[in-house]
Amino acid sequence: MAELLGFPPQVLFGQLLLGLINGAFYAILSLGLALIFGLLNIINFAHGAQYMMGAFFAYLLLNILGIGYWPALILAPLLVGVTGIIIERLFLSRLYKLDHLYGLLLTFGLALILEGVFRHLYGVSGLPYAQPAALQGGQNLGFMYLPNYRAWVVVASVAVCLGTWLLIEKTKLGAYLRAATENPTLVQAFGINVPVMITLTYGFGVALAGFAGVLAAPIYSVNPLMGSNLIIIVFAVVVIGGMGSIMGAVLTGFGLGIIEGLTKVFYPEASSTVIFVIMAIVLLIKPAGLFGKAH
Amino acid sequence: MLDTNTSVRPSPGAAAAPALLEVENLQAWYGESHILHGMTFQVRRGEVVTLLGRNGAGKTTTMKSVMGVVGQRTGSVRYQGTETISLPPNKIARLGVAWCPEERGIFASLNVRENLMLPPVVKPGGMSLEEVYDLFPRLKERATSQGTKLSGGEQQMLAIARILRTGAEMLLLDEPTEGLAPVIVQQIGTIIRQLKERGLTILLVEQNFRFAATVADRHYVVEHGQVIDEIANSELERNRAKLEEYLGV
Ligand SMILES: Nc1ncnc2c1ncn2[C@@H]1O[C@H](COP(=O)(O)OP(=O)(O)O)[C@@H](O)[C@H]1O
Ligand SMILES: [Mg+2]
Repeated sequence: MAELLGFPPQVLFGQLLLGLINGAFYAILSLGLALIFGLLNIINFAHGAQYMMGAFFAYLLLNILGIGYWPALILAPLLVGVTGIIIERLFLSRLYKLDHLYGLLLTFGLALILEGVFRHLYGVSGLPYAQPAALQGGQNLGFMYLPNYRAWVVVASVAVCLGTWLLIEKTKLGAYLRAATENPTLVQAFGINVPVMITLTYGFGVALAGFAGVLAAPIYSVNPLMGSNLIIIVFAVVVIGGMGSIMGAVLTGFGLGIIEGLTKVFYPEASSTVIFVIMAIVLLIKPAGLFGKAH
Repeated sequence: MLDTNTSVRPSPGAAAAPALLEVENLQAWYGESHILHGMTFQVRRGEVVTLLGRNGAGKTTTMKSVMGVVGQRTGSVRYQGTETISLPPNKIARLGVAWCPEERGIFASLNVRENLMLPPVVKPGGMSLEEVYDLFPRLKERATSQGTKLSGGEQQMLAIARILRTGAEMLLLDEPTEGLAPVIVQQIGTIIRQLKERGLTILLVEQNFRFAATVADRHYVVEHGQVIDEIANSELERNRAKLEEYLGV
């Protein structure tokens, strides 16, 4: 087949797909971070650890209870969500009146503890998690080979991001959430139980991270440190997109994944730093982020 | 100092009615600063009662304390006989108290219709969306605009309109005429009188006592976090000099 821009199409589209997959994880994770930051005013540093927990819960459900991928795709995020609710009730709810910094320190500490516990129990070499049978194999599209599971990851992520966006922008519940993000006191004075809403939002935000973790388990090995590697990039994504916007988080996530993928083709040396370079430029030109509102 | 003149003519039947809202020795703090020093007043069912007083007297803090959004408060606030001093705001709202804050609190991330539909219905008997639109036709025209794109007057209308759907029987209106053009102030006066005719009970904060006189049954004068005087609306003219001194106008 002919070359595209001087590269074999397999290489170009292969990297584009990899970029899209990474972008899918960036999008789901930064979406959860934006939701949590909006309502709780907390920068959830435990997000990477909660992503890792999603993958581990899927692994444990399979290896202890024999529960496979599809049920785990629901159950593992639910379990992560429940641990999130406990964390919010026990710890985070005490910090809302304090500076952002306290929430950041607390969740950073939690991340270290969670990673330490899983590291202690399972080591760092990584545990295998097989692709579900229905998604093994792939399609030869002519210009590239598309593994079924990777296509599924992209489709599932887009669906989850779109679903979350619809929930927030188009439903009554979403209107409560948007309003409470602006002025929680007034929303509570209308009769809404805002503290419960905050708890559930944290649960939902970290459940999204858990969902991403299950999606990731068959691609990357299940590893206690899988989240801490990813979360640094996700924070850069959030800085670039701006904390204020749900759609902004999603678009920036996918967009940067693709840019990163293309950089691997055209200038591989820069592929691991391109996001941080973009972050620096955005911070200089538009400090509130591409979709953020200046305060 | 209390005006005991019996020619007070509150709204029909109100004199005999038990107080819907009874505030007794209400104290409130923001952190270290002690703001309310024992507010005591009552609002009977169907009445429109104002809190008058200079800037910083504690009128807004009183409303916030009744609504439950000031965390540190002591004393007693009874609504329909229920003690609310230690209830969270959402529980107080569910009893049938609704608040229209001084800064209006229109949500920028919601359009006009979403702003209008946001407060949940807490009691039967509130207005339907159609009735609200009849009262505020402008809000229907602007239904899909971003809430904060409305003019100041429209935002104030929206802030009042959205609590009329909820079925709340007691409305706390904090300076609804502040900064608005005279025609809009008149409209708001008309609306308040209509709400009173519907049987709603209103606690109104005002700086503009000329406006207050056109809608209210009674006035409490607030100074340094305390009620220092009570004046029936019919006595307002006679007490004008005194009032102007209180308000520093
Ligand atoms: N959030 C706050 N924190 C600290 N002090 C406040 C706060 N809000 C109001 N105050 C102070 O409380 C006093 C009463 O304010 P407020 O109730 O708003 O008065 P009014 O509504 O009568 O103008 C003022 O001295 C004001 O500076
Ligand atoms: Mg005030």
